[in-house]
Amino acid sequence: MGYTIHELHEKLIQKEISSVELTRQFIAHRQQVEGDIHAFLSVNDEEALKQAAAVDAKIAAGEKIAALAGIPGAIKDNIVIRGQKCTAASRMLENWTSPYDAGVIERLEANDYVSVGKTNMDEFAMGSSTENSYFGPSMNPWNTEYVPGGSSGGSAAAVAAGEAVWALGSDTGGSIRQPASFCGLVGLKPTYGLVSRYGLIAFSSSLDQIGPITRDVTDAAIVLNAIAGHDERDSTSIPMEKADYTEALVNDVKGMKIGVPEEFFGKGIKPETREAIEKAIAFFKEAGAEIVPVSIPHIKSGVSVYYIIAPAEASSNLARYDGVSYGFRAPGDNIVDMYINTRTQGFGKEVKRRIMLGNYVLSAGYYDAYYKKALKVRRLLKEDFDRAYEQCDVLIAPSASGTAFKFGAFSDPLSLYMEDICTVPVNLAGLPSISIPAGFHNGLPLGMQIIGPALGEKKILRAAYTFEQNHPEFTKTAPKGEM
Amino acid sequence: MKITAEEVKKVALLSRLSFTDKEIEELEDSMSGILTYMEELNQYDTENVAPMAHAVEQFNVMREDKPHTSFTNEQALMNAPEKEDGYFKVPRII
Amino acid sequence: MKYEAVIGLEVHTELHTATKIFCNCKTSFGADPNTNVCPVCLGLPGVLPVLNKKVLEFAVRAGLALNCEISRFSKFDRKNYYYPDLPKNFQTSQFDLPICEHGYLDVEVDGEVSRIRITRAHMEEDAGKLVHHGSSITTADYSLVDYNRTGTPLLEIVSEPDMRSAKQAVAYMEKMRAILQYCGISDCRMEEGSLRCDANVSVRPVGQKELGTKTEIKNINSFKGVERAIEYEALRQAEILEAGGTIKQETRTWDENEGVTKSMRSKEEANDYRYFPEPDLVPFTVSDEYIENIRKTLPELPDARKARYMESYGLSAYDAAYVTSDKDRADFFEAMVKAGADAKEACNWLMGELAGKLSENGLEIKDSKVTPEAMAELLKLITKGTISGKIAKKIFPEMWETGKSAETIVKEQGLVQISDTGALEAMVDEAIAENPKAVADFKSGNKKAMGAMIGQIMKKSHGKANPRMVSGILIKKLQAL
Repeated sequence: MGYTIHELHEKLIQKEISSVELTRQFIAHRQQVEGDIHAFLSVNDEEALKQAAAVDAKIAAGEKIAALAGIPGAIKDNIVIRGQKCTAASRMLENWTSPYDAGVIERLEANDYVSVGKTNMDEFAMGSSTENSYFGPSMNPWNTEYVPGGSSGGSAAAVAAGEAVWALGSDTGGSIRQPASFCGLVGLKPTYGLVSRYGLIAFSSSLDQIGPITRDVTDAAIVLNAIAGHDERDSTSIPMEKADYTEALVNDVKGMKIGVPEEFFGKGIKPETREAIEKAIAFFKEAGAEIVPVSIPHIKSGVSVYYIIAPAEASSNLARYDGVSYGFRAPGDNIVDMYINTRTQGFGKEVKRRIMLGNYVLSAGYYDAYYKKALKVRRLLKEDFDRAYEQCDVLIAPSASGTAFKFGAFSDPLSLYMEDICTVPVNLAGLPSISIPAGFHNGLPLGMQIIGPALGEKKILRAAYTFEQNHPEFTKTAPKGEM
Repeated sequence: MKITAEEVKKVALLSRLSFTDKEIEELEDSMSGILTYMEELNQYDTENVAPMAHAVEQFNVMREDKPHTSFTNEQALMNAPEKEDGYFKVPRII
Repeated sequence: MKYEAVIGLEVHTELHTATKIFCNCKTSFGADPNTNVCPVCLGLPGVLPVLNKKVLEFAVRAGLALNCEISRFSKFDRKNYYYPDLPKNFQTSQFDLPICEHGYLDVEVDGEVSRIRITRAHMEEDAGKLVHHGSSITTADYSLVDYNRTGTPLLEIVSEPDMRSAKQAVAYMEKMRAILQYCGISDCRMEEGSLRCDANVSVRPVGQKELGTKTEIKNINSFKGVERAIEYEALRQAEILEAGGTIKQETRTWDENEGVTKSMRSKEEANDYRYFPEPDLVPFTVSDEYIENIRKTLPELPDARKARYMESYGLSAYDAAYVTSDKDRADFFEAMVKAGADAKEACNWLMGELAGKLSENGLEIKDSKVTPEAMAELLKLITKGTISGKIAKKIFPEMWETGKSAETIVKEQGLVQISDTGALEAMVDEAIAENPKAVADFKSGNKKAMGAMIGQIMKKSHGKANPRMVSGILIKKLQAL
């Protein structure tokens, strides 16, 4: 049916449907499909209906409501909400209840949001398939034999399966864009610092950003409007005036310079992906944009740099899960035994591997060779991007090497890490990027990224919107999403 | 870079994790593979490159020295695995 | 063989801010357990730190007072280690770019001044407190954790190994305390832990250039402890070397009760703190203007004050050092002088009667029950000759107890000094008549005999006779005999 925020907002204010009715519909649909999809780790029907009723009351009173008010959404389970469990899909936090709200939740509350639940993910956002969730994986609504992507796979699956109209994800190395791509949705990773990280359970502090997963570009702009903005509780939050991102929704790219970095089209990229993006490039050229070949040589080292920095920061960020003051505790005769038992039983395999990697690259004797080296190459990569943006407004790249893969497709961690080549360079440089549907292959969606310079959200939204408006055939509803 | 079982064990203790022998073997393999791959970074001369720890450069973010309302003791301890007399309780240190 | 100790100190001082370093919880001491805490200092999932601007200001202030260079670019790093008093299992500290570097302090021991270099001073967060359920950490069944202190701002000040005796180390600590107090950045109470000290101690044969193997001594909680712990440790090491043994590089703990240092048995791996830049805090730059603005507000520091007291008030170096070694004491002194007390006399009273009363009651000078003004009034009565010093010493405890002024007590109890020449002459005559032997002794050249007679007169007058006048009259009369 293709319900979007902007369509439903019209229906709400025209009183064609109430927020409570709408929320009930989504809950009912969820009850039908959730058994096959497993998008949620916890649901919140009672609270959602209460939030919906409050919006209906506002509408009845003739008050103006926010663009996403009363429209059912879902929140990735690594974003804390006061009084609710927040697990990060880990046994470690299975029974942890947050006593405080994340910065984005406060902003959503101010927009009268409705949340129907917390979505599944890879444990502590480490993974690209949701297979690392302690609570079991989510399934791709296009074909349940395939992964929905990750780590925000539950958020993408929920939206694609019609269990929520929009969702929040978090993106450390592609965790919003890749699942959006695998599920035929729009996923936007904002500029580092545009959205507050306060209350986002940290994976890698210098890379994490919260962003929307939605059915179309307009909805992405609407959710971004709600969550973006300075938060003084986050030292890395950028102090800036509030912007209206819907202003960028213009079906016109004339004069825009679109860069094509050859390094994003290396040998790992599947032919169908390459073909879809070549077509997109042809479209943009036709639409009046200037296509500029650019080079960002250090992209090819993005995976190396990322898999040093992210595990290093994670090893420290996850040290707090020790059984002392909250979360899972396994008994031990003394404190060290208790720590070891708690962490050995409380973390899953991939999380442990990354903690090990992180501690290794930070330890005496290896710090300079790995961690410091990675920070230096990170700068070289950032400078590459800076040079590229002297020649163009946005860059175009695949969101992933191909369509979604099957469960268990990767047994070797390194080959799975290599799959992140399209997305991690963007996080390392702190840039905004949007993944939008760019075609299908064997019945599964393919995605394309449009990457902007820092705080270039409007530029990428404009290019993405133009592409989307001219390719309605790519914005389809997954079989499980039909209501 | 071949990482040895001894090194895996050393890092495991730093990480407060324990592994079975089979897991250690598996970690030796996967970590060695990943670390070897990362040696490609040595192709770059980074002698005069400053490390980049933050994605977006900012400076001097500070706040005023003004108190807020802290948690009550109940709020502080609401998720405590074990507690006693308003404290978190932990096994003996040594 | 003769050995010398080589000592370097790591001093931690709690900065006296209203709130913690990275969150807005209060820093107050003595609250109920786990009540000055919030998501940030509890290290809950998802929280982020934001630097308290007062902490940076205080650190720069201390750095300037300690003659340090202030770094124009500085940052925080994470120091990773597991301990239950550290909720995140890392301490946010400063590693390779501390805010202050290359300072020094001049300390004086037995009239000899030495310059102790300060390597660095950096900002960091304090840990919480553990209460061990049992007599000690090693015998406890379990421990309890209080996170109130977690996140209290600390300045860690590291010296070069420039000290050669325990006395010098104590002098360094006393000077450090005075300077930090003068700057108003810490109350520096070792007993409450707002000033702490770890000592790095090694010994070497006198004349040898290379440093010996050092040990680090922790858990020193008093100035006396600094001296005793270092003396003990230097002797322990010298004895081992003398017996042909070697020193093990290790961390030892000072046991105040037993008066010994003990090896800290630990099954921890060798320390590998895995420092890396704190990604949740941004670096900071410090401008010349910022530094100059702070420099302008620096108060007069102990050395300057000492010089001024010697110059303006004629105090001896010893007295001036005593008065200025504690800011509150110096302030008290200055208030007394300002209220009209004689400087030398004021200094004597601070060292004597007031110090005695304070220690008897376990009070700090700023909590003295007698104000500097009231004390000045008392001292003025002596100078004017209204009462004798002896009477003043009787009045002082009453002032302390009752809060009455010196004048009131003198009036109420009729303690006014007898300075009437006629009355005094009568007393002298009486004494001469009653002490023929003393008179004879005096006449035969034993001048000391006069002292006994003055003592008798004072006793008879209940201390009220003006001793100076008595002495003058007595001499005249004796000589006239």
